[in-house]
Amino acid sequence: MNNTAVVTSEFGRFIKFFIQELKPRGKWLTPFNVISIPTIIVGLIILYFRFTQGLGAVTNLSQQFPWGFWIGFDVVTGVALAGGAYVICFVVVVMRLEKYHSILRVTVLNGFLAYVFYSGALLLDLGRPWHIANPLIGNSFGYNSVMFLVAWHFFVYTIALFVEFSPAIAEWAKVEKLRRFLVRLTLPTVILGFTISMLHQSGLGAMFLMAKPKIHPLWYSEYLPLLFFVSSIYAGLSMIIFEGTISHKVFGNLIGEKTHHAHEEIILGLAKAATITMFVYYFFQAFILLHDGERWKLVNGFWGFWYLVEIIGFVLIPCFMFAHAVRNRKFGLIKVASVITVLGVILNRLNVSIIAFKWDAVNKYYPSWEEIVITLMVVFIEVWVFRWIVTRMPVFSKE
Amino acid sequence: MDRREFFKTSATAGAAIGAAVLPIKASNADNTNENKEFIGVLTDTTRCIGCRSCEVACSVAHDNFVPDIENDNALEQIRDTSDKQWTVVNRFKTEKGEIFVKKQCMHCWQPACVAACLVNAMIKTRAGPVTWNGDKCMGCRFCMISCPFDIPKFEYREWNPRIQKCNMCYDRLLEGKKPACVESCPTDALMFGPKRQLMEIARHRIYSHPDKYVRQIYGENEVGGTGWLYLSAVPFEQIGFRTDLGTTPYPEYTREFLISVPLIEFGVPALLVTLNMLTDRKNEISENQGSTKPGADNE
Repeated sequence: MNNTAVVTSEFGRFIKFFIQELKPRGKWLTPFNVISIPTIIVGLIILYFRFTQGLGAVTNLSQQFPWGFWIGFDVVTGVALAGGAYVICFVVVVMRLEKYHSILRVTVLNGFLAYVFYSGALLLDLGRPWHIANPLIGNSFGYNSVMFLVAWHFFVYTIALFVEFSPAIAEWAKVEKLRRFLVRLTLPTVILGFTISMLHQSGLGAMFLMAKPKIHPLWYSEYLPLLFFVSSIYAGLSMIIFEGTISHKVFGNLIGEKTHHAHEEIILGLAKAATITMFVYYFFQAFILLHDGERWKLVNGFWGFWYLVEIIGFVLIPCFMFAHAVRNRKFGLIKVASVITVLGVILNRLNVSIIAFKWDAVNKYYPSWEEIVITLMVVFIEVWVFRWIVTRMPVFSKE
Repeated sequence: MDRREFFKTSATAGAAIGAAVLPIKASNADNTNENKEFIGVLTDTTRCIGCRSCEVACSVAHDNFVPDIENDNALEQIRDTSDKQWTVVNRFKTEKGEIFVKKQCMHCWQPACVAACLVNAMIKTRAGPVTWNGDKCMGCRFCMISCPFDIPKFEYREWNPRIQKCNMCYDRLLEGKKPACVESCPTDALMFGPKRQLMEIARHRIYSHPDKYVRQIYGENEVGGTGWLYLSAVPFEQIGFRTDLGTTPYPEYTREFLISVPLIEFGVPALLVTLNMLTDRKNEISENQGSTKPGADNE
């Protein structure tokens, strides 16, 4: 009885606190706000038409190209780029490499928001989104479907990331008992999270296995799941380097001196790991190309050239850039390499899902401006939420 | 002690998830203990005169767009089925003259669309037709990505879109009738029955008229066998068929991946727990992390 009273009063306190925290801080007319607010407003108008007149009213999707930019970029690419969370959780929590502890929370937060927003963008693409819960409840378990697995793993992993981040929320809301309980959940959650990340990162590749006759043979192979998994590791690492650089500039005032200096060593370590995984990925690609006697003959014409651009220009070259930069401690070069790598992962995912998909079609798909605005809207809202959280909760280390 | 308990729980959870995923085995058409034979339709393209009565009959039976076959000159171009029309007839000019080919869902033995569907909205019925259930479908269009024949079509202009495809007139079959297109065909180009019977008839026609037909029955083995079969006077690639689809049932392409799921779900957590134990330091990581702010132990 006394307990309930405590809980109620605590809850009341939290609500008041939360409403107070909702208020914006700082200046309103920043360049980011000036761009993002109109984009979000236009996006909401587009969404009105999308939900009243159907997907065809705002997208260039067709019977030939049922999946476009929202799936190919928002979901398939967005999830790959969010791969950093499971890698860093593995390194810090399972392997206990304390060096990377200071970026744990921000990486987990980035991963969590990416999953909420990018796999959340799936809701906009679904024709009948009100049936979204069907694969999770009721008698509609399509065990045979790779997408069933991906859907479940998205769902569970998003919760896992929330649990991994929850101690920061508890700290912010000043509920010490809850925080201590949540911290104890970290190790099991990370182990679960790593396992299902492995499966749904590769599962995104496995989704295209049945599209065998539709994807250009240079991008289709039975090893797609493995390739998607390995590339998600370095995609995540490069994204951490890239985001970390921006965060340290934009939120510099939130980050302590000591952490700021330690960041260089962290970046070196991440770049080293990226070099190795990228080379492994390159090796896999080369192996797949060469072990099957006829396959290398496909490397000709425009598509062969395009394939080499992706594999050499956006995998092998940034891989060497990372290696060279790590040896000579060239931080500028590391940042450049991480940007090229991220672009390479985007290129790869778009190639598999859109560009080399029905490569010989007469009416090729390209995204409509509405599809791009919606994607920007999703990214901008995510950045808003990210900014709101990091300026209030203990995400960056103050030391 | 906490850890041992965790280990136990994770093992049980892993086994449970594994058990949940295992039913993939039982879902293949060839594993069902049904005595009933799958039914299908045999299309003899040498008999088709391109009258398009089947298009009209299909659209009337399913409340779709009814084409004006007298005046619309639709045969002038190669058409695809659409969300408004579940079947179309196309005209191909070949060395043996004009050949008309009806196009609709092939009703595969092991359909890719069914394996793709995560909510069992697309199902292979026990009679053989592949049907769609709007109460379950969430509109993800994975069936469209997976179908090797590009048959499922989506209503892009509807707020509550449906997947549209031939269902072999499943409702009519339940009433004991034939599919509408078969019934409407004036030249017996379409024949309805169990696939085994249809195969015998098709072979008989090829053997008795060896110069009239090519020695191939499209759908016998393509993508693991289909319910809809075709006979032709010219090689099938000349009349709009893909002959590079292989004979492997499409669900097989994802089978290995799906089987690896329970293995990974059980094996990887065990591996990670082991790794974590190997890195053991005096304090539990959770306690370590618990008393400090992030990054505080970063010396």
